[in-house]
Order: sequence, then C-alpha cells, then structure tokens
Amino acid sequence: MITLKNINKTYYTEATSLHVLKGIDLQIDKGEYVAIMGASGSGKSTLLNILGILDNYDLGDYYLNNKLIRDLSEKQAAAYRNEMIGFVFQSFNLINFKNALENVALPLYYKQISRKKRNIIAMEYLDKMGLRDWAFHLPNEMSGGQKQRVAIARAIISQPQILLADEPTGALDSVTTVDVMKVISDLNTSGLTTIVVTHEKSVADEARSIIHLKDGLIERIEKRAF
Amino acid sequence: MDILQEILSGLKHNMLRTILTGLSVSWGIFILIVLLGAGNGLKNGVSSNFSQRATNTVQMWSGTSSLPYQGLKSGRALDFSDKQLTNVDQNLSEASDETGIIDKQSTISWQNEYGSYSVKGVDPYYSTIFNLKFDNDGGRFINEMDLKENSKVIVLDKKIADVLFKSKTSIGEYVRVGEVEFKVVGVNSKKERWGDGSAYIPFTTAQIIFNPDRKFKSIAMEVNGLKTKEANDAFNDKLKKSMSKSLRFDPNDTQALWIWNSQRQYIQTMKIFAGITLFVTIIGIFTLIAGIVGVSNIMLVSVKERTREIGIRKAIGARPGSILLSVIIESILITTIFGYIGMVFGVGLTELVNFVMVQSAASNPSDTGMSVFKDPTVQLSYVFVSTGILIFSGIIAGYMPARRAVKIKPIEAMREE
Repeated sequence: MITLKNINKTYYTEATSLHVLKGIDLQIDKGEYVAIMGASGSGKSTLLNILGILDNYDLGDYYLNNKLIRDLSEKQAAAYRNEMIGFVFQSFNLINFKNALENVALPLYYKQISRKKRNIIAMEYLDKMGLRDWAFHLPNEMSGGQKQRVAIARAIISQPQILLADEPTGALDSVTTVDVMKVISDLNTSGLTTIVVTHEKSVADEARSIIHLKDGLIERIEKRAF
Repeated sequence: MDILQEILSGLKHNMLRTILTGLSVSWGIFILIVLLGAGNGLKNGVSSNFSQRATNTVQMWSGTSSLPYQGLKSGRALDFSDKQLTNVDQNLSEASDETGIIDKQSTISWQNEYGSYSVKGVDPYYSTIFNLKFDNDGGRFINEMDLKENSKVIVLDKKIADVLFKSKTSIGEYVRVGEVEFKVVGVNSKKERWGDGSAYIPFTTAQIIFNPDRKFKSIAMEVNGLKTKEANDAFNDKLKKSMSKSLRFDPNDTQALWIWNSQRQYIQTMKIFAGITLFVTIIGIFTLIAGIVGVSNIMLVSVKERTREIGIRKAIGARPGSILLSVIIESILITTIFGYIGMVFGVGLTELVNFVMVQSAASNPSDTGMSVFKDPTVQLSYVFVSTGILIFSGIIAGYMPARRAVKIKPIEAMREE
C-alpha cells in the first residue's frame, strides 16, 4: 500500500540547512498498525507529513497504492488527502468557529455532499465517538479528549484507507489517552491502516510494528506479536 | 448555495472584522458620492443662474461720453436708434436676432388694481434671449404680426398678473398702460431676479406711444460661433468700434457704452467650475484610493489570519481552487453589500438635500430660483463605476494573499498562528 524508497528531506533556512530524512526505505501494507518513534528531531513528524502528502520530499520515491506521489498535481493531492488519508494532530487542528458537527462534516463539504446529508453522516460519526450531545458545541467548550475524538471523527468520515496520527495523545491526560488509543485501535481492527507518531512507549505498544527513527534514518523495525 | 452558507458562517464568526472591512467600503463610496454631489450642486447652481438668459447673448447700453471726440464735447448723452440696430445687423456677422429695448416706467391698471412697472418695447427675439417662460395656459409672447400692425398687445410678468388679476385669468383682458389700453396676450412665468416684474409690448408700438424721438437705451442680441473668451473679447471690441463710429464717441471712452457678454461670463465661470470639478474629482479619487487601501489592508490581514484555517482545510482535502473561490466570493459579498449600502446612503443624502432645496424653493414665493447650489445629485454611472472599482480592488486584495496562502504547503500553513 505504502512504499518509500530512499526518501530524503532537507529543510533550508537562510543561513543553514537541516537534512532531516536521509534515505528512508519502508513498506507498509494495508491494515497494518505502525508506530513511529524516535527522539525529537529524528524526523518522525516529517516522515508522517510526507506520508500524508502535507509536505513534499526532495529525493526518492513515494508510492501510495502504486501511484507515484511526486507526480500528483496540487488538485490530485487534495483529492488523495480527502479520500484516502485521515489526519489526527496533537493540537487537534479543529476550526474554532465551527461546532463539532460542522468540523466533522467539513471533509464531506469538499466531496460536494449536500449539507443535509453530510450533517446526518457527521452526527453518526459523533455518535460513534460518544459525542452526540456535544454536536453543537464549539471546540473551546470541549475537553482535550473530546476535541481529539471530534478530530478522529473528522479524519475517518471520508472512509479513508489510512489514518495518520501525529502525537494524538500529546495534549491529553493519561486517562483520556487510554480512551483515545482505544478508539484508534478499534479503527485499525476494523481494517484501517494506521500510522501513529509518538514518543510515548505505552502508545506505541498498541501498534503491531514500531519503527525506530534516529537521525533521519530507520534504526530498526520492531515487530510485535499479539 | 452551499458555498455561500460556508462563507457566511465564517463572516458571522468574524463579525467585527467583516463590519470594519465593509465600513471602509461604504464610507469610501459615501464620501465619493457626497463630494461629487457637492461639486455638481455648485456647478448646477451657477449654470442655472446663467439660464436667466441664453448663454450666447450680448446686451449693450448707451451711456454718456466722457471724452471729447471729433470736435464733439464730452458729457453728451448717447442714445441708440434704428440706425444702430441696422448697423449691428449688417456689420457684425456673429450677431443675430437683435432687439432694441425701450424701457419706460408706467402705471399699469386693471379695474381697481394698479401698479408702477417697467414696460418694455421689444422684438419677438427678446423672449429667446431672456429665456421667458410661458406655461400651457400662459398665452404667447409678442410676434412679428404684432410688430407689423403696431398692435396694442401686452405680455405681463406673472408677478404683475398676480397683483392686478389675483387668481383670475388675465389673458384676453385689457389693461391700461398710462391712458392706453392693451390686450393681455401672455403671462411670463419665469421668476425674475430683481424688481416687481416687467410688461412687454411690441417695439413698434412702443416707438409710437412712448418714444416719438425714436431713441432708446439698450440693444440685445444673440451671438453665434464665439466659443472662447478671446473670441468674445474680440467681438466686444468690434461691437464697440462699430458703435463708436455710428454714435461718434472715442473708442477708448469707458463711459459711452456698456456691454454685457453672457457668453464670455459663462465661459469664464465654467472654467472656474471645471477647476472645482477637477479638484472634487481628485479628492474623490483619493477617497476611493483610501477606500481601496483600507479594503486591501483588511482583506490582507483577514487572509493572513486565516492561513492556519486554510492549512487545515487543505489537509482535509480542500482544493486550492475552492479556497480561492471562497475568498473571492467573500470579498465580492463584503464589497458589494457594503458598497451598495454606501451608495444608497450617499445617493439618499444628495437626493434628500435636493428634495429639501426644491421643497423650500416651492414653499417660498419670493424665491427666484437663484442659488449657488442646486440639484447636488450624481450621475448613477459614476456611482456604479466607483462601486465597481472598490469591488474589483476588494477581490484583488483578497485574491493575492489567498493565492499565496494556498500555495504554502498545508503543514506550513497549519503552523501559522
């Protein structure tokens, strides 16, 4: 499903450059649950952003469902993000003037689905997340755990093939972390390919394989048995 | 429809910013209309004052010589006669439709009502030169037949008719001018600037009744083809020289002949007003530019503020085109709605001022219609073009930063605070 060959990424500033990914080769199959771990600056978030087509890479090849991502136009990339990939971020990235229902329904707006229909679907997803009663609340009226569950609902409403989560529990307390990771694990169990970037061992332990990054390279891949 | 709802929810959230952006558009349009209206009001006021007589007329009055000339002493009273009328007609090709004006103060009476008024012996051209006005039931002015037959017909100014006849119809009635009876054939409803009004009788009749020596003090005429101040000055010189030869006075004598050239005055005044119009237009353009800068600035800040939101939208699948489209529609919505509000208030104010002025003139019988400010309204085409310019600049102002924002990679856009 996902094939990375010799992926390199360098960030340039006026004075310096920072070679963050130094040749990543990786294969992730459909339905896998992968955690990416590493110290700060190891390149784990950069790798996730490239996987999510939120950022580009300088060198190498990235194939998603056998399609070379480098060749995608901005419009095609948007369509891929909308239909194939769901994102969950540490800082939730909800639109603060939209209520939970509107936030969840937003990806469907870009799929040209009518307001009435997308609101019905969004309500179903909120219900699945146990947030039906919070549908008309704004993000700033909700707790961190609730916000993250809204973000997860938004990420999966388009029925993507891949869920990318960047430190999904980074802003949550330990109890809420367990709740959120349960939701993510359940999604993976239902067949959703899941890639989670985390620095928390307990979170990574939910995954079936853990990729350890160090200085922009894959140090090792730890396969876990359940 | 869906895109509109999506945009409106954003605008509703940023109500203050939306109103501030909109106000800068409304204010720009409002001030522009008021300024242009004020300029137009001044111009219309002055133009209307000139409409007291046709703008291509010359009137001259004979005076008293102040310099000796060809053996004649100074201090001679000079008068026109038919000779000068013929002289103007034959020697000054620019002049046409000349009329001598015999002016006598006489008592005009009807039944028990009477008053002392200026009675003028004139040719039919007088009506055109001085823009006399006859309403539907106002009869007519002196005509060629009256001149030919030395008819005893009279045209009264409305002021006189109102005094003598009150609310009764005057046309067809006979009034006395001194001891002579005249039939009223017309009522001039033009409001005169000064005095109690005049009455008009055929020039030939006036010569016989009031003017046995056939002398008179004034000649008026239309002039044609004199488009510039210089051309009018040259005509005035030519007229003066011709009269100096005919009446035998020194051409340098400043007291012998008085010439009023309305065309020359009109050209000069219009030049001043062209300057004022230009000034008002420049101020208007700068106001518009200030509006454009205001709108651009707020749109720039607005899109900049939303870079993170744009990043989030891109991350969940928004195409660059759909983001650009929503920013452009948002700009169009704000500038159109608030531009329209500014336009309505601006046009409303100018129309209100105009309405108040018209009402005040109508309710004041002594109003002569003379004013330096009249009809301060603006051509709607100017208003629409100005609003269009603001809308267009609002679109550009929104489009440019939005284009930049959609070009940024989603992850970078999401990092913006």
